[in-house]
Amino acid sequence: MSRTSRRKLLSAVFVGFCALSVLTALVPLAFVLFFVVSEGIQSLNVDFFTKMPKPVGETGGGMANAIVGTLMVTGLGSLFAVPIGILSGVYMSEYAGTRFAAAARFAADTLNGVPSIVIGVFAYGIAVLPFKQFSALAGGLALGIMMIPIIARTTEELLLLVPGTMREGALALGATRARAVFSVVLPSALPGIITGVVLALARIAGETAPLLFTAFSNRFFTTKLNQPVATLTVMVYTYAISPYKDWHRQAWAGALVLIFIVLICSLLARFATRRLEGMQAR
Amino acid sequence: MTAQAPGRKRSSRSLAATDLGFRLGTGVFATALILIVVAIGYELARQSMLSIQKFGLNFWRTDVWDPVAGQFGALPFIWGTLYSSILALIISTPIALGIAVFISELCPDWLKQPLVFLTELLAAIPSIVYGLWGIFVLVPAVRAFETSLPAVLRQLPLFSGPPVGVGMLAAALILAVMVVPFSSSVAREVLKSVPGAQREGAYALGATRFEAIRAALFYARTGIVGAVMLGFGRALGETMAVTMVIGSTPKISVSLFAPQDTMAGVLASQFTEADTELYLSALVEIGLVLFVITLIVNSLSRLLIWSMARSERSSTTVVAAEPVEVTA
Repeated sequence: MSRTSRRKLLSAVFVGFCALSVLTALVPLAFVLFFVVSEGIQSLNVDFFTKMPKPVGETGGGMANAIVGTLMVTGLGSLFAVPIGILSGVYMSEYAGTRFAAAARFAADTLNGVPSIVIGVFAYGIAVLPFKQFSALAGGLALGIMMIPIIARTTEELLLLVPGTMREGALALGATRARAVFSVVLPSALPGIITGVVLALARIAGETAPLLFTAFSNRFFTTKLNQPVATLTVMVYTYAISPYKDWHRQAWAGALVLIFIVLICSLLARFATRRLEGMQAR
Repeated sequence: MTAQAPGRKRSSRSLAATDLGFRLGTGVFATALILIVVAIGYELARQSMLSIQKFGLNFWRTDVWDPVAGQFGALPFIWGTLYSSILALIISTPIALGIAVFISELCPDWLKQPLVFLTELLAAIPSIVYGLWGIFVLVPAVRAFETSLPAVLRQLPLFSGPPVGVGMLAAALILAVMVVPFSSSVAREVLKSVPGAQREGAYALGATRFEAIRAALFYARTGIVGAVMLGFGRALGETMAVTMVIGSTPKISVSLFAPQDTMAGVLASQFTEADTELYLSALVEIGLVLFVITLIVNSLSRLLIWSMARSERSSTTVVAAEPVEVTA
């Protein structure tokens, strides 16, 4: 074989390898989605959303309390993370060149890389141990800490994308810096920032590890913030490692609902980004 | 005229005051962000004091983890975390790079967005769902694979152990799947920042596709290493999926089939069971070390990616004009 054809062959093999690796990655994706949908759909019914968990041994029942619990802890997390995230993002973009902004950016990236279980341990230390009580609040705190860096960095990046002329225009009209940011710059980046918040929500709605010993779990229905609450993810975990067939069935249904939430959130986010890009092109 | 001057002065002074107020007002939130990271380190260190004082460095040198007897040696968890993460990297790195190259260099434009979406979906699936799938689909598959291995191979230390399915191999496989989207999306960004002139130059010299891409990869090597390390950081801290398939057994073994445990795994499975202060403190110390390790790995990987992007900006006149993508 000549040198040229050997090189061409090597090149073809390489291209083949790259295409193959895409397929290799898509196989587990297809497998996971297939099993979750096919197993989950059999067990998903109205009871799942409206009934409480049945005692061990009885079949049937649902995860109504866990669905409410997930809404509670993610809601609490957002309440706490959205203001901190957006305003620190505003600081990082407005004073982008300063050393303090660089420190905040570093902190955000660091926080983003901290394993979720470690954030759970931290939240346990400051919100569970002192009160000797697992609570929805502690769970919300843990999830909020995870959301902050995502929201902060998205806000920062999007504010930096807003054309400088808009800010200058506002300043030239005599607006204060705060006025320019809150009335002109921030609103024009708003769809993108909402995207960031939705993506952050999608990510934390599927989190289990930080909730295991903060929100803990609860077989009963509660909306009290200082009580342990069940969440979908922790429920799926307990059911999955249990020895009961009926619980396994419900775990698959829970997984299907989780995937559905994540998908809806990322599609929503995608839609918003599209619109934002369209606006900027105009 | 004279009447206006003081008025204007006052208004400019109040303008400066509101600007300062704005800076301080938003600065408080940025400070909160920094304080959270500091507080995590401080709180973990405080809670693990008891264990640090009692065991010192021996905590990380002994391999007996027996909570009932009050013996806490964390070596098996360090081993399990490193072994599973490194195995996952060995599996995922070629695949992640292949995907990055395929999407950024080879595939037709219409296929790009769908492929990016699908790989990002891989990252969006919650860990717990991977774990559930692992328990009921992957673990039985691994068990079948184990029992089908010829007896000669089963004698090797790498493949020894009972054919239970749960264990290192299942954990590494699931970790690899979860790490691929992270490394490949960073590697894609890095490849994007390689100037087109690099590839064109290679083609002009008569290079094949592979040779041109190899040149681009070589040019981007710092960033690529950063991308792989970022995946490593993710693998180190991954909790639920690994906990559910690794078998939660604190034993050091090179066998791919042996049930083992990781640092994140032991936290997830034993934290609520910790009935003594020392037990709890020992677990928090594992969390502290996990925090420090991931902090170092992530900072290093960001430094590499950042230095690559920086050298890019200074060495070429081609300014990256592509829009910043909003990624999860």
